[in-house]
Amino acid sequence: MGLKGRDLLSIRDLSKEDIEEILKAAHRMLPYAEGKKVNHLLDGKILTLAFFEPSTRTRLSFETAMARLGGTSVTIADASVTSVKKGETLHDTVRVISQYGDAIVLRHPNEGAARLAARASAKPVINAGDGTGEHPTQTLIDLAAMQEAFGKIAGLRVTLLGDLKYGRTVHSLARALALFGARLVVSSPPSLRLPVEVREDLDRTGVEIREIPKVEDAIQETDVLYVTRIQRERFGDDAEYAEVAGSYRVDLPLLARAPERLVVLHPLPRIGEIGPAVDDSPHAAYFRQAFLGVPVRMALLALTLAGRAS
Amino acid sequence: MTAVRELKLTPIQNGTVIDHIGNGLALEVLRILGIERIQQSSTVSIAIHVPSQKIGWKDIIKVENMELSARKLNAIALVAPTATISIIREQRVREKRPVALPDRIDGVLHCPNPGCITNQREPVESEFEVVRRKPIVLRCAYCGRLVDDFLAQLA
Repeated sequence: MGLKGRDLLSIRDLSKEDIEEILKAAHRMLPYAEGKKVNHLLDGKILTLAFFEPSTRTRLSFETAMARLGGTSVTIADASVTSVKKGETLHDTVRVISQYGDAIVLRHPNEGAARLAARASAKPVINAGDGTGEHPTQTLIDLAAMQEAFGKIAGLRVTLLGDLKYGRTVHSLARALALFGARLVVSSPPSLRLPVEVREDLDRTGVEIREIPKVEDAIQETDVLYVTRIQRERFGDDAEYAEVAGSYRVDLPLLARAPERLVVLHPLPRIGEIGPAVDDSPHAAYFRQAFLGVPVRMALLALTLAGRAS
Repeated sequence: MTAVRELKLTPIQNGTVIDHIGNGLALEVLRILGIERIQQSSTVSIAIHVPSQKIGWKDIIKVENMELSARKLNAIALVAPTATISIIREQRVREKRPVALPDRIDGVLHCPNPGCITNQREPVESEFEVVRRKPIVLRCAYCGRLVDDFLAQLA
């Protein structure tokens, strides 16, 4: 089943073959994403971005991806200037805007918002983050970064570090890594462990998963160190946040013990969990990862809207 | 014992009888059915703590002049998996079957996740998929939250 016309709400909507197709297409998009070649695959197509939560990378890379393919995007970047402010439901907002463009990219603070939008929309809906739920396109980018660094994903030893409870990128990524046969190590403050919902899915795949209290304990056997920010905005009270803030940090002394091949990824933004000195280390791959947002989203948009990537 | 029971709950002419409900669970079953959805002209009789040869003690609900929808009746399996449903027409049992847990449960439970889109001001009914049957575990079709404590989540 091709990707044309399909929603992308959860990483679970994609088979391994779907993901492989997107990653291959993303690789072919590189010269276009870098502006070295020009592409008109989506000439005349319009992408509607509805962002009800702040974003830099996701929104701009979707807009850039659309423009690099010759298409146009229209964007709600601040929900307070829309009729939502007048009390319009998400359902009605989506029903209306789905008639304007050819697909919708939605970011929303409530879990399940993308699925609701998909039911209200006649056009494909792409989930660009729903509360603490999922962020499937970020996962595609994370996988593309691993593929680029190692040429494969199967068998990689991936350590997920940080806020595994509220970090939606991790929820999508862990499921995809299990699908590809990576080996997982998880390390988080005790109050921010993987939710039972994600754990349940992982256990069903039979993936090898090891939980460690300190990232130092696994650094020597890690290929990919995937770091996440503690999601301050998801905490009920500041005291709970203060308890875990700054409880882990990736810096040069830690990386001195890492194997040469180790790459550090982070969906960004970071707020201190990776020291700035790491940026110049050969391990740092998170800025390259952020760039890959463009070719990966180009691939996804091309396959969803045109059914092909070349 | 039979004589006493007949005095308390006489046979009905037409309607639905839900029998073999686990002891003391009749009110939860009524919450699932949604008493506000039962028409006012339908008399509802409830017997709680009735001796039963099959399950020791049980509850019974009789709803007169209404044949309840299979969708709602099957959701009863969440709290009363031993229940049986009888459809009565002209005092005769026309259909009798145990409740069967469906693959989806719609509009019966609230999602326990306060951040779930179904708990916001949106025109949407809750929806759960049955992901495990013994013990029963449901997953919210919107936010993915798992639920195993149904009594606390009855809408």
